[in-house]
Amino acid sequence: MGCGRIGAELAHLLDADGHKLTIIDVDNASFDKLPPDFSGMAFSGDATDEEVLRKAGMEQADAFVAVTRDDELNAMAAQIARQIFDVPRVLCRIYDPLREDFYSGLGLEAISPTRVFVRLLKERLEG
Amino acid sequence: MYVIVVGGGDLGHYLCKQLLDEGHEVLVIEKDAGKCEHIEEELGDICLCGEASEMAILEKGGISRADMVIAVTGEDEDNLAACQIAKQKFNVPRVIARINVPRNEKIFAKLGIESVVDIVYLVSEHIKAETMLFPLIRLFSIRDRGLEVVLVRVGKNSPAVGKPIGELSLPLGSVVSSVISHGEESQIPTVNTVLREGDQLICLISTENIDLLQAIFKES
Repeated sequence: MGCGRIGAELAHLLDADGHKLTIIDVDNASFDKLPPDFSGMAFSGDATDEEVLRKAGMEQADAFVAVTRDDELNAMAAQIARQIFDVPRVLCRIYDPLREDFYSGLGLEAISPTRVFVRLLKERLEG
Repeated sequence: MYVIVVGGGDLGHYLCKQLLDEGHEVLVIEKDAGKCEHIEEELGDICLCGEASEMAILEKGGISRADMVIAVTGEDEDNLAACQIAKQKFNVPRVIARINVPRNEKIFAKLGIESVVDIVYLVSEHIKAETMLFPLIRLFSIRDRGLEVVLVRVGKNSPAVGKPIGELSLPLGSVVSSVISHGEESQIPTVNTVLREGDQLICLISTENIDLLQAIFKES
């Protein structure tokens, strides 16, 4: 979910690796970021809507990744994927590093880009 | 009580005022600085400007000693996040979320937030009551008891027309507390009160029996 720069790039790479992929975004124009040879499905809609998710094939999904710019939206969609659709692996982007642990406790694989980037910067500086 | 209100829009603002009038300690968390300023001008120094689902902001607002968190922003995902963190991370005893999209009531319940207020549903029921075009209106629900107060109209040729209340097979546990006849004062009915077409009844009934009640008064 989320066809921003991160979502589009991730979709592109997974698609190139041969995975079957559906990308969801509320904004149709966001799909312009996908490469012309993208062979997955682009699905326009709200990923907190169970019906939309069902139509997008969520019941068959092996993994769900929420990477919109909105922490709360990512957390809600990811929990729907995990708790309601029972998707085995659910990853979500949570900018607030303090909340990363909270959502991890709810069965999600929460990743804070803030924390990752800070670690990377620190390693570069010290290494 | 110490109550934290998340969202300082019109609803949050009004709610804070009411809570303060009742003597409660209130903090409102609102991300928009303009809205914060507006509230503080009227209600004093009760605003914390920031994102209510950020841990640091919640901690700054003293969430660990809050008795209640009420999340009333216009974004359901924000209300969910604030309530989940309050309840599951900080053990706030009571959390209440506004929902703006009716389908989210079930989702919130599955994700551990049972106490929700569905704005669209509530407002539409009130508008329906004003139009007088609907046979049954849900006025108020006592959610944790599974009870509702409804206003039901005796439809044309319905099974109830011309019958005393005592002869109706009302669902078990339901009470008719008031009968409002056109052009007359409302009355507290007895078993002998005879119903006429167009009478309106205020009933207390369990939520699961609403369809049965509706069948008794349905136009046919």
